[in-house]
Amino acid sequence: MPDTTYLYLIPFLPLAGFACLGLFGRRFPGQTSGWLATACIAVSAAMALSTAFGYFSDWGREGGGYASLQPIDVPWLVFTEELAIHLGVLLDPISVMMICIVTFVSLMVHVYSLGYLKGADRLPTYFAFLGLFTFSMLGLVMSSNLFQMYICWELVGVSSFLLIGFYFSSPAAVAASKKAFIVTRFADLGFLIGILILGEGADSYDFLTIIERLTATMDPNYAAVMAPTFLGFSVIGWGLGLVFIGGMGKSAMFPLHIWLPDAMEGPTPVSALIHAATMVVAGVFLVARLFPVYAVSVPELLSWVTLIGVFSALFAAVIACTQTDIKRVLAYSTMSQIGFMMFALGVSGYGGEAGLGYMASQFHLFTHALFKALLFLCAGAVIHAVHSNELKDMGGLRHRLPVTHACFLIACLAIAGLPPLAGFFSKEEILLAAYQRNHTVFYLALATSGLTAFYMFRLYFNIFWGQGGATGHHGHGEGGGFMMVPLVILSMGAIGAGFVPFGQFVTSDRLPLETHLHLGFSIAPVALGLAGIGLAALLYRKPSPLPGQIASRLGAVYETVYDRFYVDELYQFVTKQVVFRCIGAPAAWVDRHVVNGLVDFTGNTALKLSETVKGLQSGRVQQYALVFLCGLLLLGLLLMYIF
Amino acid sequence: MTEPGLPHLLFIGAALFFIGVFGFLTRRNLITMLMSVELVLNSVCINFVAFNRYLWQERLDGVFITIFIIAIAAAEAAVAIAIIIHLYRSHRTIDVGAAEDMKH
Repeated sequence: MPDTTYLYLIPFLPLAGFACLGLFGRRFPGQTSGWLATACIAVSAAMALSTAFGYFSDWGREGGGYASLQPIDVPWLVFTEELAIHLGVLLDPISVMMICIVTFVSLMVHVYSLGYLKGADRLPTYFAFLGLFTFSMLGLVMSSNLFQMYICWELVGVSSFLLIGFYFSSPAAVAASKKAFIVTRFADLGFLIGILILGEGADSYDFLTIIERLTATMDPNYAAVMAPTFLGFSVIGWGLGLVFIGGMGKSAMFPLHIWLPDAMEGPTPVSALIHAATMVVAGVFLVARLFPVYAVSVPELLSWVTLIGVFSALFAAVIACTQTDIKRVLAYSTMSQIGFMMFALGVSGYGGEAGLGYMASQFHLFTHALFKALLFLCAGAVIHAVHSNELKDMGGLRHRLPVTHACFLIACLAIAGLPPLAGFFSKEEILLAAYQRNHTVFYLALATSGLTAFYMFRLYFNIFWGQGGATGHHGHGEGGGFMMVPLVILSMGAIGAGFVPFGQFVTSDRLPLETHLHLGFSIAPVALGLAGIGLAALLYRKPSPLPGQIASRLGAVYETVYDRFYVDELYQFVTKQVVFRCIGAPAAWVDRHVVNGLVDFTGNTALKLSETVKGLQSGRVQQYALVFLCGLLLLGLLLMYIF
Repeated sequence: MTEPGLPHLLFIGAALFFIGVFGFLTRRNLITMLMSVELVLNSVCINFVAFNRYLWQERLDGVFITIFIIAIAAAEAAVAIAIIIHLYRSHRTIDVGAAEDMKH
């Protein structure tokens, strides 16, 4: 293994960019702040890609598979000999893959932002926040232990909060950033408790040690942590379940998904980076990181993962069909695709052929990062051109935005799962894994896949075909080269990423897994995808009254879906009526009357006491002298008669 | 008529002391109060001299202390009169009630 101490530079270069721009950003003239940030991330990306190349082709190999290496490991908090928290880098196939995705997509987004936000206010701040995010996300995927991951996990949440609220003068953006932060923070509470429970069970926070100790079924200690405790779950069950809740919050799984659509208030390149390609898959990554423990020790928890994943996928896809804000459609589509990744993990077993779902999930994470970032960046180009997020303001843009049109079409075909684009291969593996384990999940996933094709092409036809929208004809054309180059590079990724022999590299037991494409099996998903596209073309390619008629026919059902199944309203109700009234109000009463009363009482007592004593200090010298004399006499009498 | 003994002198000392204290506590004029303090000091001097004369005739400690007290009383009178003059300058009176703003 070569010298890999340079690895710490990969996250620390963006951090250096953040520190530099955060402190001195205002002194950089014009675009230079953006160039500096882009240069930092470009070097990081180059190092990440060379690391990946070296790892997968050379020094990462170990006994036919790939090794889990810890090239950097620094003790940080040493509590006892046994229990110490280290800061380190863990290199294994998923973390190497993730650093490539994060740095690459981040680089694309940086370059794109140079064009998209040209001349905008607070450019240095924007690039500083992007640098902070990239640092935290890289730290998250490279962490060698749960605590380091948790720190980065929270930092990712903070940078997401800062970037969603970047346009802080808009009340919607401020509300959205608060919502995102509070919802994910709520979920992170579960994560933290889960970490503590797992640490207690395994006596370590180190990933490799946890995995080793909590999957050692022969070990006598193992029986102790597996024994049923509270509510019949074992210690590991509780720990992993709570950790999964943290993952659900970050990855916008039902019912903690409500923040993701609102997060679209942030700048569009940010949505591409954080809320599509990288941060939102952190939950999937977390489950994948601890996957051996899930699969070996508490497989019943994986059925919950499957259930939540497949439900979120279908639920989001249904909502995506009715939304009219282009970015919201993409947000629900992200949620739906993450649902795919989650249930793929859920139906997976550990090792060998059974681990197909794991590999498929990571594969989909990889391809999805490329084509979903592409979709968002295209959406950014469209919004840049028409100055609106609403579909009704768009239409007929294929002549004005030819490059964007081509890239968007490629991304749509990729997400719809048509061969030979990237999404086809990964989705095929997921469906296959589901088919092998659970037919219900498979049929639901198949339906979602058809819906995906429909809503993506609904978006596509509405934007690029049909008639120009109300405000469509006085905007700009395409953005400059800075915006076009990332689109073209990402669309090449969306075309080619599927041909990566992913099973050779990333599997649950780190041994190569032969994957086969069953042509017969592919017929149904592809046919459904084509049907979805056909339906979308029929309804939206030319202006037609049909969609409106269908919507009014469906009436209440359509309204419910359009209003996102009233989940937000339910949350509002619960927070306002239950949390505020039943918890907040009594707590406020206690604070106001008990805590505050106690403080007031102390103050008032001291005040009254001083009122009574203060009369003694009259300023009359003779009175003082009298008191002094009396005291003296008393003292004299005491001395005489008592001692 | 017998020779005056220690009790007579101690009686004079005590009487002088209480006259001084009474004057200090009742007079409003600061000069009078200062004079009362001098009475108190002198009563102490009488005690010292008397004890020295009747109890330890071979020693002179009481006499020396008395000389000290007289010196200190002179210094004290100088300070007190300076304070009184200042009070008069600022308040145009040497009534002790005028010095009540000391409490602030």
